[in-house]
Amino acid sequence: MYEADLRATAGRNMAGRVGAGANTRLPELYRTMRRIRTFEERVGELFVRGQSAGSMLHLSIGEESAAAGVCAHLRDGDSFTTHHRGHGIFLARGADPARMMAEIGGKEAGYCHGKGGSMHIADMGLGHLGANAIVGGGIPAVVGAGLSARHHKTGAVSVAFFGDGATGQGILYESMNMAALWGLPCVFVCINNQYGMGTNIAQATANPNLHERAAAFGLAAETVDGLDVEAVAEAAERLVEGARAGKPAFLAVSCYRFYGHARKDKSPYRDPVEEEAGRRQDPVAFARAALIDRGLESESELDRLDGEIGAEMDATIDFTVAQTEPPLASMFRDVYAPEEPEPEPVRARIDRVLARD
Amino acid sequence: MALQELTYRDALRKALADAMTENPDVVILGEEVGRYGGAYGVTKDLIKEFGAERVIDTPISEPAIVGAAVGAAMTGLRPVAELMYVDFIGMTMDQLANQAAKIRYMFGGQIGVPMVLRTQGGTGRSAGAQHSQSLEAYVMHTPGLRLAMPATVADAYHLLRMALTKPDPVVFIEHKALYTMKESVDLDAEPLAWGKAAVRREGRDLVIVTYSRQLHYCMEAARQLSARGIEATVIDIRTLNPLDFDTIRAHVERTGRAMVVSEGVMTAGVAAELSARITEECFDFLEDPVVRVAGEDIPISVSTALEAGSVPGPQLIADTALRMLAGRVPA
Repeated sequence: MYEADLRATAGRNMAGRVGAGANTRLPELYRTMRRIRTFEERVGELFVRGQSAGSMLHLSIGEESAAAGVCAHLRDGDSFTTHHRGHGIFLARGADPARMMAEIGGKEAGYCHGKGGSMHIADMGLGHLGANAIVGGGIPAVVGAGLSARHHKTGAVSVAFFGDGATGQGILYESMNMAALWGLPCVFVCINNQYGMGTNIAQATANPNLHERAAAFGLAAETVDGLDVEAVAEAAERLVEGARAGKPAFLAVSCYRFYGHARKDKSPYRDPVEEEAGRRQDPVAFARAALIDRGLESESELDRLDGEIGAEMDATIDFTVAQTEPPLASMFRDVYAPEEPEPEPVRARIDRVLARD
Repeated sequence: MALQELTYRDALRKALADAMTENPDVVILGEEVGRYGGAYGVTKDLIKEFGAERVIDTPISEPAIVGAAVGAAMTGLRPVAELMYVDFIGMTMDQLANQAAKIRYMFGGQIGVPMVLRTQGGTGRSAGAQHSQSLEAYVMHTPGLRLAMPATVADAYHLLRMALTKPDPVVFIEHKALYTMKESVDLDAEPLAWGKAAVRREGRDLVIVTYSRQLHYCMEAARQLSARGIEATVIDIRTLNPLDFDTIRAHVERTGRAMVVSEGVMTAGVAAELSARITEECFDFLEDPVVRVAGEDIPISVSTALEAGSVPGPQLIADTALRMLAGRVPA
């Protein structure tokens, strides 16, 4: 019944959509979203198996359309920052899920050699300037990246991804103001999953029309329904290309956080009826139904694709479990540049202080 | 090889101009740095020379100024962010301590944040409790941040030039009471290396370890002491991170007495760290406890009398040395 509902809605939304046939990017967007969904499920599994480094794992299940839709319009040389719930964005930009999972497991083979983990994963090769465990902490970096792009005339855009929780942080407004003032190639993407940890957006602001704030600063600003990844991608294309041309932008993607804030949170502060309704706003199921409905893919083709993705993501767990922890001596590495002396270990200091001739 | 008369402010401005001329990726951003020329005039007219895209006037948004510098440094620029007063550092502490300081480490060494945060602190202008502090301990307490505090005109130039070649974020704290200080300097002479303490004066009886404006008070105190037969070594540490402890150790071991002088408040401050370290590492050589001469544990007042009384001065430094050496040095 649920699937049928989705299909009917998808059909209605598709009516009159240009390029609903051969030119659609929906199969690719679906694949990206399914990879994110499955990866996140495996992150949960890694935790349950006791193989994750801690429980600070924030899953983006329910929010996949924001990652897939926006990243579809980023290119080589573009950069971005993410937030607590950024696995999907990194994956959508081309991350290797095995190295991601290894990082989440705190292993040497991870993107940051086990020092960053889920909340501080980064990869300069893919323009990932870093996930952030400070709400709003990664936002101003895109202003700096925008200044670099202007200075070096690279044509690159820089995108800050953050949640609705970050709309309570002043630095968002400082950053949007600067981007607008200087006409920088910056995009601010607010993934509004309705919750900053346990606080609903309605408890955090008197005006939940978040794009209005950005418009007030002079940015191109829109809100889009995250249920429909094609709608997200269309809005993102407009806004990202506008930013590239010097008109910074803000995009709020409305969605629902399917699960708790972090792995140990069972969301007792949420009404089960609300959760049930929220989980029906499922962008992956919606896209799947649309693909079938529009004859772009058959159910069996999609089952096969889902199965392949499942196997790919299963392998990330096997890979992670087999990897080693970083060596203890690496603890003192990378506080400063490699050519600089490493900080002296406390034990070495104690030995020196207590040494007697 | 030419000596020239320069103020501390001129030297800083020249360091910025020379770095900008040599490296087109050096940009300045901050409040009033362009058209106004900097609250203390350090960036005066740089906007005319280098344009508004390299000398960027920002809104009054300290956290985003530092945050934008972090992002710029990660993507190929060499930003110099200016924080008008070090007292505002709390506004920026997330971007400074959680982002700039930790990015290289958290990301497993993939990238550093080669930025300079220029600011100024200290007493001397009756600027009150929120414009007169010495907050270098906040920075020194954060691994990942380098910290330079020039006391002389030559160091104002050279340490800033060197800071602009460093691979890691450097917090560069000037002293507001030194901007108009004039010295005759030869900027072509080989400077003392980054991370090396300067022995500004050598004497057999005790070591005074200091930095920034207090260097000048220590030198004045040393002259007074010399007139009474006490010879002090005065060490200007110049960079608090990296810290040249080897130089401090060598002189403490030679003289057996050490005083640490800092304008920052006493408790849990830079003087506390230096004092603990000297006590731990030079214990067998010490004739006396290491004495801290530091700022009072109080806010700074606007009243010139209360302001001056809140921080060390030459008299307190000299008196303390005399008491440490009472009866042990020929009069």
